[in-house]
Amino acid sequence: MSELNQKAVAKYENNFLREVEERVEDGEWVKMCMQCGVCAGSCPLGNAWEHSPQKLFRMIMAGKREEVLTSDAMWMCTSCYSCIVRCPRKLPITHIMHGLAHYSHRLELAPKGQPTRELARIFWQNLVKTGRVNELKFSLAVYFKDGFVQGIKNLLSMQGIALGLVKARRLNPMEIIGGHKCRDIGGIQKMLAKAREIEDRRQGFTS
Amino acid sequence: MAKKNYAFYPGCSSQKGASASNFVPSIGVMCDKLDIQLNEIPDWNCCSASIGYGEGGQLSRLVLNARNLALVEQNLPGQDLVSGCPACWLSTRETAEKLNEVDSLMADTNEALKEAGLHLSGTVKARHLIEVLIEDVGFEAMKEPVVKPLEGLKIAGYVGCQTNRPFGIAGESFENPQYLDKMIEMVGAEAATGYEQKVTCCGGALAFSEPEKSQKQIRDIVESAYDHGADMIVTPCQLCQANVEIYQSEINKKQGTKLAMPVVYYSQLMTVAYGGNSKQAGLDGNILRPQKLFDIIK
Amino acid sequence: MADVKIEMKTAAYVCSGCGLGDKLDVGQLARIAQKEGKMALVRQHDFLCNSEGVQMIRDDIENEAVTHICIAACSRRAKTEAFNFPSVAMTRANLREGVIWVVAEGAAHDEVRQEMADDYVRMGCAELKKSRMPEGNPNHTQLKNLLVVGGGISGLTAAFEAAETGYEVILVEKQAQLGGWAGKLWKRAPYKTPYAEPQETGVAALAARVSAHPLITVHLNSTIAETAGAPGRFAVKLAQESGSITEVAVGAIVQATGFTTYDIAKLPELGGGLAHVVDQAGLEALAMAANGGVMKRADGREVKSVVFLQCAGQRDDSGQHLPYCSGHCCATSIKQAMYFKDANPDVNAVVVYDDLRVPGMGEDFYRSAQHKGVIFAKGKASSVTTESNGLKVNYKDLILDSGATIQADLVVLATGQVPSSGVDVILWDKLTKEADGGSIEAKQQKSELKSISILNLTYRQGPDVPKLKYGFADSHFICFPYETQRTGIYTAGPVRRPMDIMQATEDATGAALKAIQAAENASLGRAAHPRAGDLSYPIVRLEGCTQCKRCTVECPFGAIDEDERRFPVFNEQRCRRCGTCMGACPVRVISFENYSVDTVGNQIKAIEIPDEFSEKPRVLILACENDAYPALDMAGLSRIVYSAFVRIIPVRCLGSVNTIWITDALNSGYDGVMMMGCKKGDEYQCHFVKGSELAGYRMSKIGDTLTGMGLEPERVSSFEVAITDNAKVAGFINDYVAQLVEMGPSPMKGFG
Repeated sequence: MSELNQKAVAKYENNFLREVEERVEDGEWVKMCMQCGVCAGSCPLGNAWEHSPQKLFRMIMAGKREEVLTSDAMWMCTSCYSCIVRCPRKLPITHIMHGLAHYSHRLELAPKGQPTRELARIFWQNLVKTGRVNELKFSLAVYFKDGFVQGIKNLLSMQGIALGLVKARRLNPMEIIGGHKCRDIGGIQKMLAKAREIEDRRQGFTS
Repeated sequence: MAKKNYAFYPGCSSQKGASASNFVPSIGVMCDKLDIQLNEIPDWNCCSASIGYGEGGQLSRLVLNARNLALVEQNLPGQDLVSGCPACWLSTRETAEKLNEVDSLMADTNEALKEAGLHLSGTVKARHLIEVLIEDVGFEAMKEPVVKPLEGLKIAGYVGCQTNRPFGIAGESFENPQYLDKMIEMVGAEAATGYEQKVTCCGGALAFSEPEKSQKQIRDIVESAYDHGADMIVTPCQLCQANVEIYQSEINKKQGTKLAMPVVYYSQLMTVAYGGNSKQAGLDGNILRPQKLFDIIK
Repeated sequence: MADVKIEMKTAAYVCSGCGLGDKLDVGQLARIAQKEGKMALVRQHDFLCNSEGVQMIRDDIENEAVTHICIAACSRRAKTEAFNFPSVAMTRANLREGVIWVVAEGAAHDEVRQEMADDYVRMGCAELKKSRMPEGNPNHTQLKNLLVVGGGISGLTAAFEAAETGYEVILVEKQAQLGGWAGKLWKRAPYKTPYAEPQETGVAALAARVSAHPLITVHLNSTIAETAGAPGRFAVKLAQESGSITEVAVGAIVQATGFTTYDIAKLPELGGGLAHVVDQAGLEALAMAANGGVMKRADGREVKSVVFLQCAGQRDDSGQHLPYCSGHCCATSIKQAMYFKDANPDVNAVVVYDDLRVPGMGEDFYRSAQHKGVIFAKGKASSVTTESNGLKVNYKDLILDSGATIQADLVVLATGQVPSSGVDVILWDKLTKEADGGSIEAKQQKSELKSISILNLTYRQGPDVPKLKYGFADSHFICFPYETQRTGIYTAGPVRRPMDIMQATEDATGAALKAIQAAENASLGRAAHPRAGDLSYPIVRLEGCTQCKRCTVECPFGAIDEDERRFPVFNEQRCRRCGTCMGACPVRVISFENYSVDTVGNQIKAIEIPDEFSEKPRVLILACENDAYPALDMAGLSRIVYSAFVRIIPVRCLGSVNTIWITDALNSGYDGVMMMGCKKGDEYQCHFVKGSELAGYRMSKIGDTLTGMGLEPERVSSFEVAITDNAKVAGFINDYVAQLVEMGPSPMKGFG
């Protein structure tokens, strides 16, 4: 169990709802769910998750911490925002899903190797490096996330698509050496470090 | 007529050699014709897109977007921030609204922005390029430069998610927005009005991480366009365009389908209708060749 | 005046407007009115309802001493403001909605269209000759004050609202103080924006206003020993706890006797009977004791965890408990959960619900409770047991589809409202018959039953207002919500259906106004709703009466008592003028001035019956004027075509249909009779409670007569027609006519 998780368990005891309210983005909205299930019926990945947003909210209220934070349900969010616009209670469901995913990731409870979790990690690393996303490096990192051999396989399976994009000038092989970046990358990195520091303090990860 | 000035936020995918680089030339032609002056925000950064949440906390993401807003305040004062990318627009607008709503988040954001030598006061409005077209230019004015109406073309208007939700275009419904169909008709083509996949999700970033789930969505989106007799799909979204276009060959390979439905941007249609050539319209950047547009240009 | 004979002079007016002149030979209609209808005066006009046409009729009444007029134009339901001649008897021949708008277009149908119109003119004239202008019940009453029974929020409101309009009120309350259940609440659910917090009940202030009102007299510790009389002349004996009797006379009565709570001892599986398991009323008592501070149990221990179980002993389909939803309990539990959260936000308050129902602005209240941290769990409780010094609630979480347990210091059962509606008069009737037959046991039971009576009516049909479902006082829930089956007595509040304070307040205001109307109408010799203002009233020729008691038994409103010799005693002020007594009477001695066995019988006999070789069947339709007749008019308005072989007569209610009309019709050679009435049963829509039910019952008795006449029983059929059934009713007609054509002409043709 990660240290952050241990601390969280100690701090909130059995009050998972309060933990979510204080630490998860828009978590204070969870208690406003009225269990109608419109979100569940609106999600394009409705057949892919184990728990609908509605059910996750009820699980939070019922204190099912472990089951919620180790679930991959919230990682199935495509950010289509259908649930948000249809929720009769106007809960920011998409944001709560993002918040839950982020929190489970921070506590290292999220499923290991969950593809979207890995994608998100690689994306962020890519972005922090230059301030902008380098699509080639990002794609390569995604394909090689499971090791070199699997990466080559992935790459071969996608080579038709990649070549098409290169031909259409929508994937630039030269990006591998340099590519787009922000001028003030130093400032951006310092800014992000500061944001993380403030947020950790606010949420009680650090004192 | 004096040009309307906007602070332009192109976004990562519209950079040279990136996945939506074929979008860029047609935007230029379209804006020229409509007297829109887009001034690129100096040193803009990534918005963190819809997948940044995994690693980046809420404040980190707010700060990234706040930096762009602060750059506008500093360098292009008085101008609205305009993006052609729904993800960029959505992230920036969410940030602008949230920070103006929650004082403590604004304070925290400014504390972080100081590290990059910036400050945000919260005066900039974040808008989508489509909003500029509809609200500031208007359908009438957009129709005026049409010299080659796209007659005989039937097009499925695929709005997708983030252009439409959670903000959408003012006055439009989330379930069945009409503006894209109106734009299709404005350039002289026929809109496939019954197209029921208009606002279906293409899978977004999950096209990378959950390819099968995403490709199921894409197959529905494309097949429905065929069912309605469409010659091509038009979309305002970079990720939609890329996902729906690129993965058709992959779906064909895996599922034995024969999908080859061109997917273009609204600005490409407008450029062709405004008399632009294929290079100006960026048509050479489409993987699935929109032959009928080439035919009209000839 | 009734005793001054004025010579009858008849006139018919044939209109050719609205296309009547194009589709019909109006000249022929006028000739029929003159020659066959024997009208003394016949006039034609091309726009009868305009000021010129109306003036023409007025002039005839004024100058020609016309006393009876037949207007052959549109439906009796149309142009009622133009054709308003209160000083003469009037009939209407419906040529527009009833003929030209419903008969198929084209020359091929000219003949049948004209025949239909001819018959309606004959019928209008025939009816007119048997009609008299209603004079009004000569027994006018004087009293316009109200008696309000019950001093809870409903009774207080009814009394106050009536007094504020200037009527005197006598308020009776059996307890020593006013306020009822609402007076025992710490707070009430919000009724004002922003609907977020419990609010003061305001009961004490209302009670003080009522007590101080110069037009209201309050009798505490009092019940009703006897209620006799009728609207405008009720004589009521009030019994004090001490035993003394006060006699009062009132014009109308509002019964606001409220409810009792369902006994939680009947819910042992939910902990009913255990310490620290209370119902919502019990929780209010704890809140009163806490007086805004932290909530404590009866043993003085502070409550840290409370569970509310919704629908306890309610919405039960097992037959053991209340089958219905009491409506207020969700909002009440939300409110009570706030008592805990407002005093101490750390209290764990959980509401276990199946469906959370918060009508009106209750949704905002629900949201407010969620904001305060009240937890709502969709689930079904299976048991509540004692555990150490607390309770354990076991329930199934219906979202997570799994069993769950909550530890609680206190459990609140949201039980339902049981109406305080007094004696079940159907049971009373049964016991009366048995007691009259000599049963000692029945006599004993009857006397026990009497002890729970609220009004102690001296009516032949029992001591309280009749009940409908689940013991609630009957009300015509669609059209007349406060109405009971006893004219001049109005129920308000939870005695007639489950409700909350806000609904009870509105209800009481409505009932007070209806009671005032009833007293006012009685003072003018007019009917109360639904024929409000009707001046006709039942006139009985007692010399022909055989004392069969059918009228006294079948009157839906208990209007008819019996004297010592078992002759009917009509209390006209209680009568709603439906004519059920007239339909019931086997010797046909009951009639109204403008609606009688003869006014309808004469119409039936007036039409021309084509011979059996003509292939033109004739079908009589007796249509309820409240629903079926408007639906038929609407069919006309919508130009829905139906068979031109039918002849329609509106009736006040199918309950008023006397079987003589049916046999007369069949004897005259009609091929079939359709009776169109309202929905019957528990969800009845009959304005007069059981008209179509009675008609169905009576017709079932004439099956033998039909067989005796050599007729198929299908020649008389009943149909339920709602006011919105305009398309359906045309279908009924066409199908039935087709069925008769297949059956062949009536063998009675030619004998009539």
